[in-house]
Amino acid sequence: MKNKILNTPMRSRLGQKTLILSMFLLVILGCETDDTQTVARLTTLVWEDNFDVDGAPDPNRWGYDLGDGTEQGLPGWGNEELQYYTDRPENATIQNGVLLITAREESFEGAEYTSARLLTKDLFEQQYGRFEARIRLPFGQGIWPAFWMLGADNDENPWPAAGEIDIMEYRGQEPTVLIGSVHGPGYFGGDAISKEFTLENDRFDTGFHIFGIEWAPEFINFYVDDVLYNQITPEDIEEETNGQGEWVFDKPFFILMNVAVGGTFVGSPNTETQFPQTMLVDYVRVYEFDERLFNN
Amino acid sequence: MENNKHINLRPKLLLGLGIALLLGCERDFSDDVQFATFSSNGDIFTDEPVGLTDEFFDSFDPNTGANPEGFGTDDNVAFQGSSSIRIDVPAPDDPDGGFIGGIFLDRGNGRNLTGFDALTFYAKGSTTATIGEVGFGTDFGENKFAVTARDIRLSTDWRKVIIPIPDASKLVQEKGMFFFSAGTESTNGFGYTFWIDELRFESLGTIAQSQPSILGGNDSRFPAAVGQSLTISSLQQTFNLESGINQTVIPAPSYFDFESSDPNVAFVSELGELTVVTIGTTEVTASIAGVRAAGRILVESSATAQIISIFSDLFADVPVDNFNGFFENQTTEGGVVNENGNDIIQYTNLNFVSINFFSEANRIDASEMTTLNLQIRVDEAVDPDDFIRLELNNFLNGVESGSSFTLSSSELIANEFVDFSIPLSSFNGLTDRSGLGLLFFVSDGTISNISVDNIFFSVE
Repeated sequence: MKNKILNTPMRSRLGQKTLILSMFLLVILGCETDDTQTVARLTTLVWEDNFDVDGAPDPNRWGYDLGDGTEQGLPGWGNEELQYYTDRPENATIQNGVLLITAREESFEGAEYTSARLLTKDLFEQQYGRFEARIRLPFGQGIWPAFWMLGADNDENPWPAAGEIDIMEYRGQEPTVLIGSVHGPGYFGGDAISKEFTLENDRFDTGFHIFGIEWAPEFINFYVDDVLYNQITPEDIEEETNGQGEWVFDKPFFILMNVAVGGTFVGSPNTETQFPQTMLVDYVRVYEFDERLFNN
Repeated sequence: MENNKHINLRPKLLLGLGIALLLGCERDFSDDVQFATFSSNGDIFTDEPVGLTDEFFDSFDPNTGANPEGFGTDDNVAFQGSSSIRIDVPAPDDPDGGFIGGIFLDRGNGRNLTGFDALTFYAKGSTTATIGEVGFGTDFGENKFAVTARDIRLSTDWRKVIIPIPDASKLVQEKGMFFFSAGTESTNGFGYTFWIDELRFESLGTIAQSQPSILGGNDSRFPAAVGQSLTISSLQQTFNLESGINQTVIPAPSYFDFESSDPNVAFVSELGELTVVTIGTTEVTASIAGVRAAGRILVESSATAQIISIFSDLFADVPVDNFNGFFENQTTEGGVVNENGNDIIQYTNLNFVSINFFSEANRIDASEMTTLNLQIRVDEAVDPDDFIRLELNNFLNGVESGSSFTLSSSELIANEFVDFSIPLSSFNGLTDRSGLGLLFFVSDGTISNISVDNIFFSVE
């Protein structure tokens, strides 16, 4: 798991952009210090959902994966997950300007838990750019929330060939640890190229944090709040897989958000796991990739 | 006075800012106001005691069996630095005392711990064992903000122990820096040694998801007479730590804010004493730092209220012979167990079982009582044919007579305590109740696992 860590701005231009954006945010948001984001090379907001209208999520922006995966030929969604996904308000709704994705313990269609998975497939997809969401995470053994992306050609070109970018994954039993990963042919499932980030003196389930990637032809940068904690490049994939893996991140991807329960990645909930558990999403934003800046 | 001004400059400045933020144009305090401040140093023991009294270990009274000899420091063992605290836990028959325990006190007027969220230390044992109790806030005075964590597991390597602070804003002047009590319950009476190092209050930022509770998280009815009082018990608070582990502490009542929906009927002091003032009903709830505690008390006071309690969270119980008589042909096992800090009665493999109070001295005269109250939880799925038959046996002039009342499956809920208030007139065959001696729970095997709590007779 060797990955480069960049602690300093990459080029002076990048620093300049940061400053301008920070000033902008300061004016608009006043004391919201969480929003001091580094948005490198990217200027134009092209897609967003701020979840400003209470009720069901906007069907023009979000669809659902429903069931336990059996219908899709992936029982347990390929990871032995325990939840049954629904589009009921009990599992996905907007309240007070925040999207709530809630995992519940209840008998439903043969499953012991229900939850929701929202996705922008066939509604929004993009190649490159900055993708970010401001989220407060749930907690507890066996709770597995994620904010991630899949290659938009995954029907014709099934996973792992389609590619997967996990902007945020997290185990409820490790409330300070964020995991960012990419999956593709030759590096998927347990062999994904992945890096953990541990929050110091704070947790992901007690306040909102911004999880983002900045994605360009030659790299995917992983951010939490204003910290760049990982960069994955085609060279990394080549090195990690001894030349067997293929960089599949030069095509459009769509966005997914979900809270899974149990499965191989987190293990099952135990008697101490509290239900319901809710992931709160304040917004999801996508910025355009600016080729001119990138080429400069 | 000039010197004091400098010392107080910073706190005053901060407070001023806070006021300005909150209240805007409110006037500032006069310069003449002096705020008392106490040391905010969190260190208790690093390589030596920090700011503690000279003796630094203040043992429990040896007259209670505490062994004052087993405490010292050890320059050969340390997690960090050169020295640690060494505690030799004695065997129960040690002539110097059969357990060890005591407190560390601040040598000054107490410390300001409002900036911390946990007491932490590293511990290791000569063997794997559990320390009975550790905590802080015990000062051999009021113990107003005492906090206790139970059953701290020792490893033979150093492990960090984290005891969350229930609500640090209360700790503006705390003298009780550390508290422990250890015996050999977990080692079958064999003495052992454990070491403590790097003992301090810390601000970890990762102590979260506070879940306080009173009465073990249960709702309890309190049919009371005016003037009656009781102490709210089974106080707990569970936090989730960075490790994902849930750590439970027992906070003193003063960490809780108690609220009575009608304080004219009953009120609660900061020490958790509930007092009934007039006839009426009120709901008493509690919270810590704004987080509502699970569990509540429904006070129903009347002129005639009387209680005879067999087993309850709220009332002083009358003595009974036992909670499981292990009769012939009985398969039932179990008895009183502690669940989440709350005592309940748990039966397994149930066919029938009784709570026995038939010895002459323990028989209950329920002639004046009108109602049997109890909570039953079925610890398995409830099937349509399931039932629990309650039987009360009375002894009159040496003759035992039975009576019964049956709870059907529709009245029982799986894994949830259900409140029952059953008029004694509903018990078939209960003509005289001046010498009650047995309370049976009979399922004939239809239900194998039940828990029972809050059993009392009342006048309604």
